[in-house]
Amino acid sequence: MKAVVTITRRQEIADPEGATIQRALVDLGYAEVDAVRVNRTVEVSMPGRDREYVLSAVRGMCEKMLANPVMEDFEIEILD
Amino acid sequence: MTVGIVAFPGTNCEQDVAYALESLGAKTVTVWHRESSLDGLDAVVLPGGFAHGDYLRTGAIARFSPIMAAVEKLAAEGRPVLGICNGFQILCEAGLLPGALIANRDLKFICRPAHLRVESTDSILTRAATIGQVLTIPLNSYEGNYVPGPEAPNAVLRYCDPDGNVTEAANPNGSAEGIAGIANGAGTVAGLMPHPERAIEDFMASTDGRVLLESFIASVEATPAGVASG
Repeated sequence: MKAVVTITRRQEIADPEGATIQRALVDLGYAEVDAVRVNRTVEVSMPGRDREYVLSAVRGMCEKMLANPVMEDFEIEILD
Repeated sequence: MTVGIVAFPGTNCEQDVAYALESLGAKTVTVWHRESSLDGLDAVVLPGGFAHGDYLRTGAIARFSPIMAAVEKLAAEGRPVLGICNGFQILCEAGLLPGALIANRDLKFICRPAHLRVESTDSILTRAATIGQVLTIPLNSYEGNYVPGPEAPNAVLRYCDPDGNVTEAANPNGSAEGIAGIANGAGTVAGLMPHPERAIEDFMASTDGRVLLESFIASVEATPAGVASG
């Protein structure tokens, strides 16, 4: 089993990297781009475990370490 | 009185901090992050650097190094715990200080002296300073942009102009409310982004770091020796 975790910074928290890319895209001619957010994905491989186990374990990993609850949310997708 | 200075893989300011504290009269010992005890030590400093390569988020991996359980225990005992730069980021990740630090507003690594206004003297970092005092101390960070959590932080230092005015123009990195340093409610755990250990000798651009480190040493001396832990 493999889990793909997507970690996003909450909208109310500044994303200086996304803002810099947005300005660069406008400079590139994509004038209609009004916002860019940069997210992070983490792939976690756990061979030999079932879906429920992996989901539960990865959720724990997110809550403890992979995401910072002060400023980030996370979503977990389980791949077979 | 001995101060532990924690070194993680990627820490690079532990010798500077040791030099500064010892030149101001403290005894220090460097503690590797794989250690699990700070027994016998009176306080601890998490110095600057790039612990664990700053991977994931600054401080996110260091926060789980074995030594951090001992740091949390020391903090719970009310003993002085100070985080400088990367150490501040680690204390936030560990939940010993509120909030988080993200990339600077303009995505620039900032390496220059910053003016700081003392906002509170009720902390291990500022007890020897005076409210409103303006200090000039080097800032050396890419992720120094402070984001508060749900509760208002106990700000002890704010970025300001040379005259002590806290303005957006004087805010180098976009930190909320110009925050450069905070403490917990009791003032016993503190963190700041600038490097006081780099402003202690006459040949340096400033000696204003002394009052902060002297505050820390005075706090260590004023904190009664804890019960032998174990």
